[in-house]
Amino acid sequence: MQTVKMVVTGPFSSGKTEFIGSVSEIDVVATERKISGAGEKEVKDATTVAMDFGRITVDEDLVLYLFGTPGQKRFDFMWEILSEGMLGFIVMIDSARPETFREARSILQTFRAYAPTPYVVAANKQDVDDAWEVEDMRNALRLDPKIKLLPCVATDLKSVKSVLLELLYSILAEMDTGA
Amino acid sequence: MALNGNLRDFTVTQLLNLVNLASKTGTLVIEGPNETAEVSFRGGKLAYAMIGRENGSLASILHQGKRLSANQYRAIQQRAGHVSDKELGLMLINAGYLSQEDILLTLQKSFRGVVRDLFTWVEGFFHFENNKLPPDDKISVRLDLENLIIEGSRQLREWEQLQEEIPSLEMALKFADRPGADLKNVNLSVEEWRVVSYITPKNKISQIAKTTKMDDIEIRRIVYGLIQAGLIEITQPEGVKPKLAKDMFPTQDVKEQKSLVNRLINRIGSI
Repeated sequence: MQTVKMVVTGPFSSGKTEFIGSVSEIDVVATERKISGAGEKEVKDATTVAMDFGRITVDEDLVLYLFGTPGQKRFDFMWEILSEGMLGFIVMIDSARPETFREARSILQTFRAYAPTPYVVAANKQDVDDAWEVEDMRNALRLDPKIKLLPCVATDLKSVKSVLLELLYSILAEMDTGA
Repeated sequence: MALNGNLRDFTVTQLLNLVNLASKTGTLVIEGPNETAEVSFRGGKLAYAMIGRENGSLASILHQGKRLSANQYRAIQQRAGHVSDKELGLMLINAGYLSQEDILLTLQKSFRGVVRDLFTWVEGFFHFENNKLPPDDKISVRLDLENLIIEGSRQLREWEQLQEEIPSLEMALKFADRPGADLKNVNLSVEEWRVVSYITPKNKISQIAKTTKMDDIEIRRIVYGLIQAGLIEITQPEGVKPKLAKDMFPTQDVKEQKSLVNRLINRIGSI
């Protein structure tokens, strides 16, 4: 049995757990704990502290594992561990919380430094009224036009599939460039 | 209890705060990645500070503080090299070159500078030697630590912000693809020009820092400023790009790797 993995990362409350939950064939193995910080508690009640874990069985010989990283900065020691051997990674960003954009950029750069693997950026919560336009987000995040910034709704399977497929297309493209 | 540990767990600002609150007397020795610093305190006040290989003699500090000309400094080294700092201070005052206040203010400025440098140290081990003071022939001062602690806290916040903006120095820089931007019209400092002159995707930020002799915080500060101005962007170092991580596939065979990705695409497409 061969296994490959992808990592879903991003700031606190960007929708990583929901993203994995939408597409995983098993219930996401989540390590959530109640939030103690007052500011963060206003955003949600529980957060991932070690990782989220989802699975997609491709065929009898191949399984894809999806790992979600903890979003809070104090658990960033998990990031490098989770990024080992990843096929690629997805940076989730809450389109309606511009105050997290800077952190998202920092997480993106940190992961780029861990491994030269392909990645895409998912502009999540595009269904929310306050969501920023994708192109405005690209400017705010100072993302190179070559980097895929994809509109996303993490609770919507079709949207999640589209992000995963775009990442896989990027992997194929980089393999061709490398060859 | 012995006061020792790692700067990762206990910052220089926190150490100064502790010395201040406990009115400690002794010397804080910090072993950084490249050099060692010794900072002495008397009753919780800064008394003396020196970083490793620096010549911490009074003559050298006065020369660096522009209180002695190069000729005067050379003459002192030749004729009075064996004279202690206290004796030299007295000689300069008696000869009317400098006042006692001049000397003390220059020393205070120099010691403050050493402590400011220490605020940028984030790696290293420290230990506090109780009751150890600088040698008797050295001139010590009495400086309150509160202002330095406030300054250090500010610098720490800046450091944290810069680290968030530029988490890795192992990335390269490139000029932004903005047709309107022209470096000639931008007022850059000498340090910024030095960094700019090395910007190419071939050079990692860490290499630029090494070449321009800048520490982590200095290079991050300059790079951050140039990024904010929209002049440069962070990029993968040249040569790294198409190299995919070796361990990302369970097989090294490229055909199998492609087949694996295609199977993933088919499977996800069919969910």
